[in-house]
Amino acid sequence: MPDARFRIARWDPEHDAPGAVRYDEFTVAYESSLTVLEGLFSIQEKLDGSLSFRYCCRAAVCGSCAMYIDGRYRLACQTNVRHLGSEITVEPLPHLPIVKDLACDMTDFFAKYEYVKPHLIRNSADPEKEIAQSPKDRQRLNMPIDCIMCGSCYSSCPSVWGEDNYLGPAALLKAYRFEVDSRDEARRERLPHFDNERGVYRCHTITNCVEACPKELNPTEAIQWLKGAAVRRRILGRLK
Amino acid sequence: MIYHDLIVVGGGLAGLRAAVGAKAAGVDVAVLSQVWPGRSHSGAAQGGVNAALANHPDSADDTWEKHAFDTVKGSDYLADQDAVVQMTKDAIPIIFEMEHWGCPFSRFDDGTIAQRPFGGAGYPRTCYGADKTGHYMLHTMVERAVHAGVPMYVEWFVTRLIVDDGVCRGVVAYDMIKGGFEAFAAEAVIMATGGAGRTYGNSTNAIISTGYGMAMAYRAGVPLKDMEFVQFHPTGLLTTNILMTEGARGEGGYLLNDLGERFMEKYAPKAMELAPRDITSRSIQTEINEGRGIGGKGYVYLDLRHLGAEKIKDQLPGIRDLAIHFEGVDPVEEPVPIVPSQHYSMGGIDTDMDGHTDLPGFYAAGECACVSVHGANRLGGNSLLETVVFGRRAGVAASQYIQGLHQRKDAGPSGGRAVAAMEARVGELAARGHGAEDPYAVRAEMTTAMKDHFGVFRNATTMQAGFDTMLGLKARVGKVGLRHTGAVLNVDLIRTVELEGMVDVALAIAAGALARTESRGSHSRTDYPDRDDSDWLRHTLATYHPEGPQLGSSPVTLGMFEPQERKY
Repeated sequence: MPDARFRIARWDPEHDAPGAVRYDEFTVAYESSLTVLEGLFSIQEKLDGSLSFRYCCRAAVCGSCAMYIDGRYRLACQTNVRHLGSEITVEPLPHLPIVKDLACDMTDFFAKYEYVKPHLIRNSADPEKEIAQSPKDRQRLNMPIDCIMCGSCYSSCPSVWGEDNYLGPAALLKAYRFEVDSRDEARRERLPHFDNERGVYRCHTITNCVEACPKELNPTEAIQWLKGAAVRRRILGRLK
Repeated sequence: MIYHDLIVVGGGLAGLRAAVGAKAAGVDVAVLSQVWPGRSHSGAAQGGVNAALANHPDSADDTWEKHAFDTVKGSDYLADQDAVVQMTKDAIPIIFEMEHWGCPFSRFDDGTIAQRPFGGAGYPRTCYGADKTGHYMLHTMVERAVHAGVPMYVEWFVTRLIVDDGVCRGVVAYDMIKGGFEAFAAEAVIMATGGAGRTYGNSTNAIISTGYGMAMAYRAGVPLKDMEFVQFHPTGLLTTNILMTEGARGEGGYLLNDLGERFMEKYAPKAMELAPRDITSRSIQTEINEGRGIGGKGYVYLDLRHLGAEKIKDQLPGIRDLAIHFEGVDPVEEPVPIVPSQHYSMGGIDTDMDGHTDLPGFYAAGECACVSVHGANRLGGNSLLETVVFGRRAGVAASQYIQGLHQRKDAGPSGGRAVAAMEARVGELAARGHGAEDPYAVRAEMTTAMKDHFGVFRNATTMQAGFDTMLGLKARVGKVGLRHTGAVLNVDLIRTVELEGMVDVALAIAAGALARTESRGSHSRTDYPDRDDSDWLRHTLATYHPEGPQLGSSPVTLGMFEPQERKY
């Protein structure tokens, strides 16, 4: 049975000084397949019951277990140790406040998501049946609706690091998801929530978010579209 | 003590739909969830949600009555037919409601919601968004709840009900981030915590689908209904049991044995790969048991290659990614090794179709509840439907109950007592500490016992052995200790506390299965191979008792469709 050697970032606010992260080493034996998340559970069950991390679906759809693994943003559940080196370094999402060990404080992240009016805005009365949408119009949603809100992009964005108020790629991708929906009738209602000093202009197309996204989405492109939409509406007076 | 009129436990589709409705009715409602609601297990549903919209060219004459018939037949006639009628009628407006709220369903060329064929259904009536329908519906519902301003207590783990003088008056919850128990007083509580898949070692379910919500109700004296009916999904990935949607077969995928045969021909010559899940899982297991698994081993193939790269990438992108990342197989290039895997709890907290339970002020909806609309076997596409239909109905019923109360009172001393009881319990776990019984050994033995003794095929001998094992684990779970006593995000504490509930729920499954001397739907006994309507056309009710479940029964509501033999 092969061994996976883990080097795990540890920090407990009850015992450790601010910023005093240390690295603990653990070895986990496995048969043929071991995901990083399975490795963390094995450590938590057998080697160190104090290890903290988030988990839920273990199938790459819930977004709970985004971490910084061997220097890359990854979902712990989707990352098999077979594809990593002999020593695996596992750290929490960088540049975010740590709750404990591998879990970060996502409070601001979700507050910013809520800020962009992340829901379909309709002014006309709903039809009795579905609101018609062509397959072509529906296709525009394919990319943004696959976001799992894992926070990787947000953690990777230098503009977020430099400006606490910046909404960041995930929230703006969510705004984009509704702005490009043919059913949405927000017109200028959502506009002030991304066309402001917290919003799209703080994106400098560094594209770290694109590289970080475990679902291979492209928030940078979405943000540039929003910039264009903001200009069209605010300066040229268009509605859509 | 925190107060809201209505506490919803669980932030998946059922819980959020209940909360959105209650909020709209003017009720002060709050949701407690152990994860951010968008991470709930509803989001893992893939293939779709059933409603007789008649959008598909082949389903122009589809109706809710036909949906009801397929559901009742699929249930092996154990579903309550009045509830099925309600669900299949409600399906149509509630899918349009989800669409109006922004759910990004896939579309037909005419702009209507796309529908695909699914197992056990007479028409293509499963509305879908690619193969990520649950994710899309869940995010839409979270967006709606945020828009409605429903307060959400995120990463609060609910541990027990507060019951005062025979009435449910709130819950005790543990603050996962900061530590510590808190009483949440309320006039009513809706439990919407999902299924009990993780009592099995081979589940498709999220790690948090422990059945703990069922266990809390059970411990408070509310019966669990039909727990022996456990769905095994035909197509879980071999290595991880991660779900490969039924939609893969709905889009035309084949099941193949070692000889390259589409073996479903032998078991369901008309429906083939789109037979209901109980029949398909038994067929796969029979092929494996008789040595026709791939290479003689314990799996068969799900083959999608003939669908072509474009269709797979367009309609099934999610499961393609899962197969690549978790099994190392690209379905465009290779067949996918699959195995029947625990998937769904047909049973649950005994409710009526408005979520009422025997305990006044206490409601349940979604997978943790048993209305029953799924009976002995749920049809694919009916679980997402159940969450929104019965989540909505439970929200309405609880709101009406609250608004009809003559006087409201706080939970008073019962809240404090319930918190003290939880603190005492955790104090005992901490005092026993690391040297005590190992909770993770108990968990592993439980999940192995359930998988090995209460699987696709069952018989008295193996089930009795499994039941005895579970009784032993029930004794041992009372002796486990904590390894870690820190306040902040204590994974050890959560997993140790939830284990006791998991063992209770697993025992209820085991007891019900052992007692039911017939084969019906997912409960397939080699020693009692036939359905027995004269003795067993009834629901099992399990009531908590410290020595083990006490079993009773309740009648099945018929009326629309006479029980007949199931053939596909």
